[in-house]
Amino acid sequence: MSKYPKLLLIAALAFGGSPALAQKMGLGRAALPEEVAAWDKDVRPDGLGLPEGSGDVLTGEEVFSDKCAACHGEFAEGVDNWPKLAGGKGTLNREDPLKTVGSYWPHLSTVWDYVNRSMPFGNAQSLTADEVYAITAYILYSNDLVEDDFVLSNENFASFELPNAGGFFVDDRDQTELAAFGAAPCMENCKPEVKITMHATVLDVTPGDPTDDAPAAEVVEVTAEAPEAAPEVVAEAAPALDPELVAAGEKVFKKCAACHKVGDKAKNGSGPMLNGIVGRAAGSVDGFRYSSALMDAAAGGLVWDADALHVFLEKPKSFLPKTKMSFAGLKKAEDRDAIIAYLSTFGG
Amino acid sequence: MQDESGKTTTRRGFLQAGAAMGAGAMLAGTTAAAQSADPLITEIQPWAQGLGDGVDASPYGLPIRFETDVVRRNVSWLTADVISSINFTPIHALDGTITPQGCAFERHHSGAIELAKEDYRLMINGLVDTPLVFTYEDLERFPRTTRTFFLECAANTGMEWAGAQLNGSQFTHGMIHNMEYTGVTLRTLLDEAGIKPEGKWLFVEGADASSNGRSIPMEKALDDCMIAFKANGEALRKEHGYPVRLVVPGWEGNLWVKWLRRLEVTDAPVESREETSKYTDTMADGTSRKWTWVMDAKSVITAPSPQMPIKHGAGPLVITGLAWSGRGAISRVDVSLDGGITWKEARLAAPGQDMALTRFYFDHVWDGSEMLIQSRAMDSTGYVQPTKAQLREVRGMNSVYHNNCIQTWWVKPNGEAENVEVS
Ligand code: HEC
Ligand code: HEC
Repeated sequence: MSKYPKLLLIAALAFGGSPALAQKMGLGRAALPEEVAAWDKDVRPDGLGLPEGSGDVLTGEEVFSDKCAACHGEFAEGVDNWPKLAGGKGTLNREDPLKTVGSYWPHLSTVWDYVNRSMPFGNAQSLTADEVYAITAYILYSNDLVEDDFVLSNENFASFELPNAGGFFVDDRDQTELAAFGAAPCMENCKPEVKITMHATVLDVTPGDPTDDAPAAEVVEVTAEAPEAAPEVVAEAAPALDPELVAAGEKVFKKCAACHKVGDKAKNGSGPMLNGIVGRAAGSVDGFRYSSALMDAAAGGLVWDADALHVFLEKPKSFLPKTKMSFAGLKKAEDRDAIIAYLSTFGG
Repeated sequence: MQDESGKTTTRRGFLQAGAAMGAGAMLAGTTAAAQSADPLITEIQPWAQGLGDGVDASPYGLPIRFETDVVRRNVSWLTADVISSINFTPIHALDGTITPQGCAFERHHSGAIELAKEDYRLMINGLVDTPLVFTYEDLERFPRTTRTFFLECAANTGMEWAGAQLNGSQFTHGMIHNMEYTGVTLRTLLDEAGIKPEGKWLFVEGADASSNGRSIPMEKALDDCMIAFKANGEALRKEHGYPVRLVVPGWEGNLWVKWLRRLEVTDAPVESREETSKYTDTMADGTSRKWTWVMDAKSVITAPSPQMPIKHGAGPLVITGLAWSGRGAISRVDVSLDGGITWKEARLAAPGQDMALTRFYFDHVWDGSEMLIQSRAMDSTGYVQPTKAQLREVRGMNSVYHNNCIQTWWVKPNGEAENVEVS
């Protein structure tokens, strides 16, 4: 017996029996348990990863209305182009199936996991475990899968099966497609005739103005002018503004951009468009359905001057308790100064 | 300024006249004759007399202003807003195979975040001997590798499933890019932590608010996946995951997690939102395929196409396009000019490379009559790119993702092209 195999064995043990007996580089450091706990949040179908906690449908309805309904609708039915989370039962084998938690998702764990890690959009990872249980219960309720007295907890979680749990199968292209698409390709007389059966221009959904498809030289002229024109408008609207503050405000606006649009073609989204907002009467954008809370304040004469915006944006829900703006607020005064400066560059 | 643009117009007018004349002559196989001397040649031009920009005029150069239309574009009706959205690579206007980072398509689920190298951490945890944390600097000390791969979004061409919709190869096929990545293999990193024998899957997760997470079978992770910190020689762009993204060769783009922050070794898949609610393929009977990770062989003619009409009239015409396969290398591309009745082999610019874009050319003398142009890719496994009808026969009408069907452009006698579906 040479010493060699013995050494190997020791090495294997030292490396914890790792299958690939690779040379370690000794780079990095051991992760601390609290670091792993802070990042390792994913939840699996068997419930692995769920924290202790519980929540009921009615609490869920409140939290959902507060934090989710601006985009997903009061009944999780979806607003505009934002995702629908309820409905669609029985549509999967029909034209244009509606895929929601109730009609399509195979695992309840995915709802908990996704809401917990990724929602609300623009303020992710801000919900408590109990809130996530409550919201998940409410989404089930919106899909007619539980009654209004249902309580979801880490204890009854794994026993709950979604309707489409059995609706998925593992990629079978190897059997169903590879052989069919693997024949030697035809080169001549592959079909008797060819007819055009559909034109893209009939639907006419290609984006942009006609310049998109125009010869390159003309497009160049259009885009080349744009950057020069923009600063002029800004300068006219508010000559006294500090450009650095405006630039900082443009960054802060990313927090609002999911719901609000400004500029040339700004339209209402899940929030009203904000052109001309600074100094404007509250609740006055045409075609936007404000909450009654905001309409009441508007009737009381609320005008969005810089002071009012400061207070509102610091904590929207304290200023207007029932506003449907699901936004936690801008804690830093300098962020609020910056956003107000930025917004005042957009005239009505 | 004025002077210059005035000159441009005349020059363009002159060139167009010349081209139209030239075309007829070319068809006959003889060289055109000029009616009058070209002032671009006979007159001394300002650029031949005065001086150009000095060095450092732009320390990081952007394309010259004549090329500002070669940019990413989005389709605003596709998504509720631009934060969770997608745009498209201008493949119609590019050539070769490498996609410049600045015009490579973007798909974000909660916006492109700004993450500095100093703030970057990568964690490996789960079924490993030692859970580890790396800084960006640590990652640069591992043995490095450089390889070129395409990244295609599973939804590329998805809008075309129900019928011809978007007029332009940028919009029908532009959720793709191809870059040379530099980084470290996952095998190297995972070996450092030591995978336990029960570790059969790897859950990969990003640092942005969408917290995109996907489960990858360990076999694939150890085979050819890598983390990348450079693309086309320079740091990743913010919109592509600066400072570190995952590279999963040949597999759908959503797996290539950007701003990669965590690798968790597990014994089962997590079944996250992106591998259940999204990126699954619903069949006619309402059941759905999951784990359809590999992107099948596919190709498209990038020019001529709706955004790239033929402007020179009849005569010599370069038909060009891209082909790729997630299962291996492109071995052959055929082109049809009559909607798929007859096919001829195209010329590959270089032999196909595994899981990377291949450029093809088809040199043609156009007689000026209408054409229905198509391309058909074959890969090293013998797989032949199918027609939409063939795919629909297996998958039904309700699928969205993984549409790799043959594309048809109808080129009209005036050189304009339109996206059509043919029998
Ligand atoms: C500002 C708008 C907005 C708000 C507020 C919001 N969401 Fe979302 N939600 C989105 C967007 C956008 C997506 C899709 C994200 C993507 O594409 O990755 C989404 C996706 C989802 C999905 C997955 C849908 C699917 O079919 O895959 C769930 C579940 C969800 N949200 C739940 C919630 C819950 C619960 C809340 C409140 C705690 C919430 N959302 C708040 C915009 C919003
Ligand atoms: C999740 C979506 C969302 C986000 C994020 C959001 N808002 Fe709003 N905002 C709304 C909605 C919805 C309303 C209408 C409120 C109501 O009717 O109660 C609103 C109303 C407003 C109003 C009053 C408009 C009027 O016409 O009276 C202002 C001002 C405003 N938001 C500014 C901001 C700013 C600034 C930010 C970012 C710092 C922001 N909002 C972030 C959804 C949002």
